[in-house]
Amino acid sequence: MKISLEINGKKHEADVEPRLLLVHFLRDVANLTGTHIGCETSLCGACTVLLDDAAIKSCTVLAVQADGCRVTTIEGLASAGELHPVQKGFWEHHGLQCGYCTPGMIMAACGLLRENLSPSEAEIREGLEGNLCRCTGYQNIVDAVESAAREMAGAVK
Amino acid sequence: MSSNGKNEKYVGRPVKRTEDPRLIQGLGHYVDDIRLAGELYVAFLRSPYAHARINSINTDAARNASGVVAIFTGSDIEGRVGNVPTAAALEGLKVPKYPVLALGKVFFVGQPVAAVVATSRYAARDAVDHIEVDFEPLDVVVDAEAAAQGGPVIHHDFGDNIAYVHRAGIGDVDAAFASADKIVAQKMHHQRLAPISLEPRGVLASFLPGEQQLTLWTSTQIPHLLRTQVAIMIGLPENKVRVIAPEVGGGFGSKLNVYAEEALLSFISMQLHKPVKWIETRRENMSATIHGRAQSGVAELALKNDGTILGLRYTVTADLGAYHQLLTPAIPTLTGLMLSGCYKIPAISMVCTGVFTNKMATDAYRGAGRPEATYVVERLMDIAAQELGIDPVELRRKNFPTPDEFPFATATGLFYDSGNYQAALDRALAMVDYDKLREIQKSDTAAGRLVGIGVSTYVEICALGPSAAMPAGGWESATVRIEPTGKVTVMTGASPHGQGQETSFAQITADMLGVDLNDVYVIHGDTGIVQYGIGTFGSRATAVGGTAVVYATEKLISKATKIAAHLLTTDEENVTFENGVFSGAPDDKQVTIQQVALAAHLASNLPPDTEPGLSATYFFEPKNFTFPFGAHICIVEVDRDTGDIRIKRYVAVDDCGKVINPLLVEGQVHGGIAQGLGQALFEEVVYDENGQLITGTLMDYAVPKAHQLPRYELDRTETPTDVNPLGVKGVGEAGTIGSTPAIVNAVIDALRPFGVKHIDMPLRPEKIWRVISNQ
Repeated sequence: MKISLEINGKKHEADVEPRLLLVHFLRDVANLTGTHIGCETSLCGACTVLLDDAAIKSCTVLAVQADGCRVTTIEGLASAGELHPVQKGFWEHHGLQCGYCTPGMIMAACGLLRENLSPSEAEIREGLEGNLCRCTGYQNIVDAVESAAREMAGAVK
Repeated sequence: MSSNGKNEKYVGRPVKRTEDPRLIQGLGHYVDDIRLAGELYVAFLRSPYAHARINSINTDAARNASGVVAIFTGSDIEGRVGNVPTAAALEGLKVPKYPVLALGKVFFVGQPVAAVVATSRYAARDAVDHIEVDFEPLDVVVDAEAAAQGGPVIHHDFGDNIAYVHRAGIGDVDAAFASADKIVAQKMHHQRLAPISLEPRGVLASFLPGEQQLTLWTSTQIPHLLRTQVAIMIGLPENKVRVIAPEVGGGFGSKLNVYAEEALLSFISMQLHKPVKWIETRRENMSATIHGRAQSGVAELALKNDGTILGLRYTVTADLGAYHQLLTPAIPTLTGLMLSGCYKIPAISMVCTGVFTNKMATDAYRGAGRPEATYVVERLMDIAAQELGIDPVELRRKNFPTPDEFPFATATGLFYDSGNYQAALDRALAMVDYDKLREIQKSDTAAGRLVGIGVSTYVEICALGPSAAMPAGGWESATVRIEPTGKVTVMTGASPHGQGQETSFAQITADMLGVDLNDVYVIHGDTGIVQYGIGTFGSRATAVGGTAVVYATEKLISKATKIAAHLLTTDEENVTFENGVFSGAPDDKQVTIQQVALAAHLASNLPPDTEPGLSATYFFEPKNFTFPFGAHICIVEVDRDTGDIRIKRYVAVDDCGKVINPLLVEGQVHGGIAQGLGQALFEEVVYDENGQLITGTLMDYAVPKAHQLPRYELDRTETPTDVNPLGVKGVGEAGTIGSTPAIVNAVIDALRPFGVKHIDMPLRPEKIWRVISNQ
């Protein structure tokens, strides 16, 4: 099937098998390998991207379902060399160790902050419950998202 | 004026990680992110049975499937790829032959039976379904304790399922128990766990037939040891094999191994002269990557009425699984080493029976044998305190060695390097205001609330280790080089995969050389570039590998000083080196380390008989292990109606000696606690009576999520060690070791009104609810 989608502001057109997963389209067709695969069953969240601004798990979305949509991946988050506040938060607060869950975790946090710009700690923890991290014990991730929320709220004002 | 204009040191500061910019932008390269032209993909047919005879394999239909390039079965490669190796050497150990593809029989669910090579991931996976295997199911051995007693035998040649019996400990334990006022005993089970690195395993092998060279990208913690083993398995000279551990997405011990797939993919690439890739699925990861723990035994403690410990006995069965992976049999021996905990115990005895079962092998998972020991000792301490009517804190304090008793000899044959167990415990008690907490607990209990306080004091064995005590060398290596432009390259034999040594080793080197942190580049994980090393495991990378960096840098400075003296036209004794600048010439002339590096490379003005270049390599052999320690306190409240456990506070005071980067140390402790808490409350690998893996996905295996974990309150004490010049002890496993008993002790404390002595992990609400509702 022929599909066309906009990834990180750039148009991608391809003829794909109907069963091709969006995550494989991103990684193998668009060569954007920042989006990772950790479980193939939408349980770990490593493959989280924004699909028309909502955080989704790209391992359980077909590429054809994303036809005509906008996709934002971790590679599209920083603009003009400037890190996104969530990326900065993760760096500042040591919110990553092995880094494998990180792109998905950051995209999930972006999705969360689109819905709630001043989440409480409990709301952050609940909001990220679809994303597993085995290294950090989550505390620094929570702190990273809180600090990003503060920075983004400041920018809005 | 220093070369970098700074006098402040990097070591000891929370320097942000240099690894992070690439990782937070999705620009890191894990195995599956490396793409080679023409690469083929491998998918495996794995055994659906725990124990079965393979009567036949028909690959005809699969060979004709679209995109399929080749198929390999056990008989295709018999005698051409060596068996999966084990490095453990124990007296009388039975070692079954472990072929990389099953031959004749399968012994666990997930064992590789056939490999399909195809032009795409999807084609390879599709073709697996076209392979027909006639399996004849055989009797299955699941329960290790029952298997030790008799029943069906897994590996017939051995006659029984007992792989070894290991005895450890020193002192007259029988006499200690005979003279005791009080003996407490408890059967305890350490459930099987899955390490679950977020990046599953992955292998990309590329053989160049002209050069006869193999490059193997693999998600490993031990690139050099793996190179040696794979070279032997596939029959290539070791120096024609290059192993690259690129970005590695977590390991926790599971990638401290040599796996069938690593050798098989190498062999397939040699056969096909094409790059071949296999990326593990999570289901494969759950069934065919090593598991951890899986010990079950009776622990006994002999005491005087005043709480003085006289002896400890542990009779334990270790569920090894069907085959030995690299360190499978050795892990329970670490339990035996650590059974003294942080107490003076004059007589200790462990008898461990290692048993074959029809399951995936157990091996090193974060802590690797030490959490089992700490759990046994710390549970016994709480049970003894309860039965003797002594506060659990006081019982611990009474049996600590005092700081002036170090180095402290244990009845397990170890010498603890340094420690101040009182200080760490006192700090943790102060953080929670322990006495007041016990008062509040009384009033809570009176009001019908189930609040529990759990204390755990632990010591662990780190910085593995002196080579005499290791199966394949316990040293670590480093090369430090200053390039002609003054940039510093550090090559470490350690293989960090999330721990952050690209940053912390740069901190160490930048301070010693007086250069900017950003001028130091740390390279690791590539056997084609880095001198032989041992790898990252056993909380050893900084204590052993960091020390190698220190000594290599010292060697380099020593050579640079000779050259500097020559350039300054003075004697070497007059030259001082500070903040990157050599001075001491009579005329106050100075040269920077960068100027010396350039001179060393131009080599036109060097002292006589000086080797050009500025590089030094050091292999550091530690004289002892290190023994970090700490005190963890957990406060829980149990819901009477649901059995749900809420962690109200979690306080951890850890002492890992000197700290290079507190940010990284805290991160290690956080993650460690989360994994210990996962074991205490949620996680368990379950096989049913047929040896079927019930917890085959992340839906069934409960890795803790953000909302299930508390905020950790951390502090440190700092007792240096003289085992290495950095004074560091290691911290990678501390959280996992200290936390599990703290949590279980807290829950049992909360359930005191119900007269509960012990509940086996994981403490799922259902188990708790049954206790409360007496069902």
